[in-house]
Amino acid sequence: MTRPGNILLGVKDISLRFGGVRALTDVSFDIHEGEIFAIIGPNGAGKSSMLNCINGFYHPQEGTITFRGQQRRRMRPYEAAAQGISRTFQNIALFRGMTTLENVMTGRMLKMQASFVEQALYLGRGKREEVAHREKVEEVIDFLEIQSIRKTPVGRLPYGLQKRVELARALAAEPELLLLDEPMAGMNVEEKEDMCRFVLSTNHELGTTIALIEHDMGVVMDLSDRVVVLDYGKKLAEGTPDEIRGNQEVIDAYLGVSHD
Amino acid sequence: MAGAIVDIEQYDTFPKLLRYNAEHRASVAAVREKDLGIWQTWTWADFRDAVRRLAGGMKALGLKRGEKIAIVGDNRPRLYFAMSAAQSLGAVPVPVYQDAVAEEMRFVLDHAEVAFIVAEDQEQVDKVLSQKEHLPALRTIVYDDPRGMRDYDEPFLHAYDDVVSMGQESGWDEEVDLGKGSDTAIILYTSGTTGTPKGVVLSYDNLLICAKIGADFEQLREDEVVLAYLPMAWVGDNVLSYCQAHLVGFSFACPESPETVPHDLRELGPTYFFAPPRVFENLLTQVTIRMEDAAALKRRLFRFFMTVAERAGADLLEGHKVGLADRLLYRLGDILVYGPLKNVLGLSRLRIGYTAGEAIGPEIFRFFRSLGINLKQLYGQTEASVFVTIQANDDVRSDSVGPPAPGVELRITDEGEVLYRSPGVFQEYYKNSEATAETKTNDGWVHTGDAGVIDDDGHLRIIDRAKDVGRLVNGTLFAPKYLENKLKFYPNIREAVTFGHEQDFVTAMINIDMEAVGNWAEKRNIPYSSYQELAARPEVLDIVEGHVSEFNESLAADPQFAGSQIHRFIVLHKMLDADDGELTRTQKVRRRFISERYAPAIDALYGGEGRIVLETPVTFEDGRSGTITGDLAIRDARIAGGERAAA
Repeated sequence: MTRPGNILLGVKDISLRFGGVRALTDVSFDIHEGEIFAIIGPNGAGKSSMLNCINGFYHPQEGTITFRGQQRRRMRPYEAAAQGISRTFQNIALFRGMTTLENVMTGRMLKMQASFVEQALYLGRGKREEVAHREKVEEVIDFLEIQSIRKTPVGRLPYGLQKRVELARALAAEPELLLLDEPMAGMNVEEKEDMCRFVLSTNHELGTTIALIEHDMGVVMDLSDRVVVLDYGKKLAEGTPDEIRGNQEVIDAYLGVSHD
Repeated sequence: MAGAIVDIEQYDTFPKLLRYNAEHRASVAAVREKDLGIWQTWTWADFRDAVRRLAGGMKALGLKRGEKIAIVGDNRPRLYFAMSAAQSLGAVPVPVYQDAVAEEMRFVLDHAEVAFIVAEDQEQVDKVLSQKEHLPALRTIVYDDPRGMRDYDEPFLHAYDDVVSMGQESGWDEEVDLGKGSDTAIILYTSGTTGTPKGVVLSYDNLLICAKIGADFEQLREDEVVLAYLPMAWVGDNVLSYCQAHLVGFSFACPESPETVPHDLRELGPTYFFAPPRVFENLLTQVTIRMEDAAALKRRLFRFFMTVAERAGADLLEGHKVGLADRLLYRLGDILVYGPLKNVLGLSRLRIGYTAGEAIGPEIFRFFRSLGINLKQLYGQTEASVFVTIQANDDVRSDSVGPPAPGVELRITDEGEVLYRSPGVFQEYYKNSEATAETKTNDGWVHTGDAGVIDDDGHLRIIDRAKDVGRLVNGTLFAPKYLENKLKFYPNIREAVTFGHEQDFVTAMINIDMEAVGNWAEKRNIPYSSYQELAARPEVLDIVEGHVSEFNESLAADPQFAGSQIHRFIVLHKMLDADDGELTRTQKVRRRFISERYAPAIDALYGGEGRIVLETPVTFEDGRSGTITGDLAIRDARIAGGERAAA
């Protein structure tokens, strides 16, 4: 079900090189508001590089990225985050010694205005902000059903839950565009189903646009509104899951045989 | 206020009691719930207002006196409000087990001719909608949590908030006045170990008289704190939370989510608490595991003071004489070990703790009592509005369920079945006069279906289900549940099913406890990736074999049961599960079902084989099904002496 929406993020003719290695070559696609957009391809196809370009971690040598109609200048990841792009990582990047609550709270960092002193002394603006942000964080905790691990240090949690905490932190930033780098990697079936449910309800309930990289084709085909296929840094195909599924080139090259 | 329980002749329904409490305890807490990390409180006045508004909306939607209204979901204040609103309009609430799959739910909803349903969330609504075409009487569904419900446009679906704003508050008092004690208060469907569920019809009189007997017996006070965390469809939650709170005026709290119950327990510190033995078993297992991981000094401190507690704790609790040295040591232990431990478990303030439903392991029971926690046993049934027997504070034993509760008469038939008669005895099974006649005699005695004995001091001991008690070929008494419970007292054994009726000897199928055995395996660097793999490890089988042999030895000492020693056993490759129909929703084994499904395993246990390949169907959490295949070793256990003599 493709929902026609305005273009939220436009990627045009992006090329990224590391020395002589061409990670991405002339890749173009658009992500529309409110859709779930998947980037697939075999290992080394340039998927994570693409996400890193979108959230400002890499700076492509050629091409432009347009976000909310504005062409982006060279920027840093925190600037992208401040504009409404948050992400999760392929290898979980949480503060392992901190609790779930504290980790999710860090997702609100960019929205805090109070000075260090105000925060340290828990006075005035510092206190008001803490309360307001905590409320938002609690809503996210409720949304992702992680109340029972609120005070548990993240390092003690099973992998699947850590992934969920990472998603919570990304959601706490109230992003317009959420980038998920292999959200289901290494999960068992039950954990995957939970994660799918949360990705879908994030999209439906919060209206967040989602771009995800995923290797589990079943998940990709079920979740996504549209899919782009990369191979050796080049775009091979783009379309709805059905179109991708029926694309002989894609089938031959990556899926081997049809998933079903 | 203590002891000032209102006159239940005058306030003979829960809505009337609600109105009384709202007037006399307007600012006293009635219901709490943790939401977004903070405990929210409704006073009795808030409670009444919420109920009055909801009742107005339900009336506007056409709920009529005598109609049935199902309530499906976890313990949430709004679901209790719905129960109360329905009762105030003279409708009959039918709480349904929230984790039942759609087809199970359909039976109850259809049988009770439910016209209204109040569901907690999308998950429950989806289940109901999937069965809607089979439910001709169903007119309206109300849901509490709007999450995920945006795209639902069925005209008969209403959000709770919308319903509240639909009606008028006026007229509520008149509706409440129409209710009387002999009206049906609720229909509770028993999960039933066999056959289809039966709807137990309870009147306000049944519930209120029983609630009062319990409250008087325990001298419940207005300041009790209760956690309502067991299913609303279960009579215990209804009586111990909802009914007694109305009667005594104390508050009950709903947990934030089913997973947070241990945290919520700790934050609340309940004074009056019910938990099935399983919960106490899990608590003890956790304590043991965590103490094993603790530093050496802490471990030694714990061991030392637990020996002191074992020696003196229970006596101190019951007010018996204890030597000065032990009394001082116990005090010290309370500061260093028992106090902090009770605090972590959330049991610091507990005045009355009940356990029932199954037998509790004597050492588990003793452990909690020696900490100074007043844990007691009772024996109850939905058909009795809970209380049949109950232990008094100064007369607690681990092997009995206590003497009859006030107002209850007890007797044992020649076949060993326990019968009782009390003011709490149910009216009938809804639309099932045949079952009613089978269970309830004309003069009010109820067949419990349990086999038991009454000791010389008047305490009742339950040994098994009456119909499950069988005989070996040589005539020896075979009481499977008694044996299984005894096995389950080993922390490593989670579940056991024994066989022996009309056989030459007794055999068992066993589930290990994943947490306890898993921890043990990790300590020894024994790798495993799943229950199935762990359960098949020879090291694990050795442990279980050790337990079974030890179990046999202790049976040999009891002439009644010496002939019931377990000769052969297997450790199953999957957990017995309610989703697969092997356990009931209250986690009791479905014996007949299991013996059909596992027939090849039973044949192998009685044949001479050393191994068996077993294929069993499973249902996954999302409702899909598949099969699990396992190659299981059959082990022989050591038989202790004395059996031949007994046989």
